[in-house]
Amino acid sequence: MSRSLKKPPFIHYKLMQRVEAAQASGKKSVIKTWSRSSTISPDFVGMTIGVHNGKQFIPVYVTENMVGHKLGEFSPTRNFRGHGGNKR
Amino acid sequence: MARIAGVDLPTNKRGLIGLTYIYGIGRSRSTKILEKAGVDVSTRVKDWNDEELSNIRAIINGGEFKVEGALRSEVQMDIKRLMDIGCYRGIRHRNSLPLRGQRTKNNSRTRKGKRKTVANKKKA
Repeated sequence: MSRSLKKPPFIHYKLMQRVEAAQASGKKSVIKTWSRSSTISPDFVGMTIGVHNGKQFIPVYVTENMVGHKLGEFSPTRNFRGHGGNKR
Repeated sequence: MARIAGVDLPTNKRGLIGLTYIYGIGRSRSTKILEKAGVDVSTRVKDWNDEELSNIRAIINGGEFKVEGALRSEVQMDIKRLMDIGCYRGIRHRNSLPLRGQRTKNNSRTRKGKRKTVANKKKA
């Protein structure tokens, strides 16, 4: 079910603070976050965000098309290497 | 022979059903179109007169909603966008696996296609 429209989109408040600070000071450096459920807002465009996948922080470069998706969608948590042992 | 948006409509079916042969028109939209054109839903496609037909055609080609080629390309563009931004759904499209968290241990044959049997590993 989609989120109620009377609420604003969910963005972790500390992540938001850091993004705003980075935007104000001429964006630099990867912002690491565990908050996979945060929505990507238009403020994020052009930044690189390290999204945790349970093991490491995957750097995600945010483009305009990604606005409205969640950060976690860009940081896969599973790594399927294929079946069988023939090819090594 | 009624031809709308590049599709031949079945002549012997009721108008309501006939219009659903166009990609992008289902029963609900079909009902609304016929209502707007002032045609009874039960009138067979072959019994539409020229005026009714042109009314229907005007509504469908009016650009209020997309049908056929335009709609298909829109859907393709949406899928392409998902693949280009590299999000989870895009990756699943690329690998032609189900997008919405269904199980893939078995079933999911629609997405995965015909079964590809892998030979048993030989015992040592």
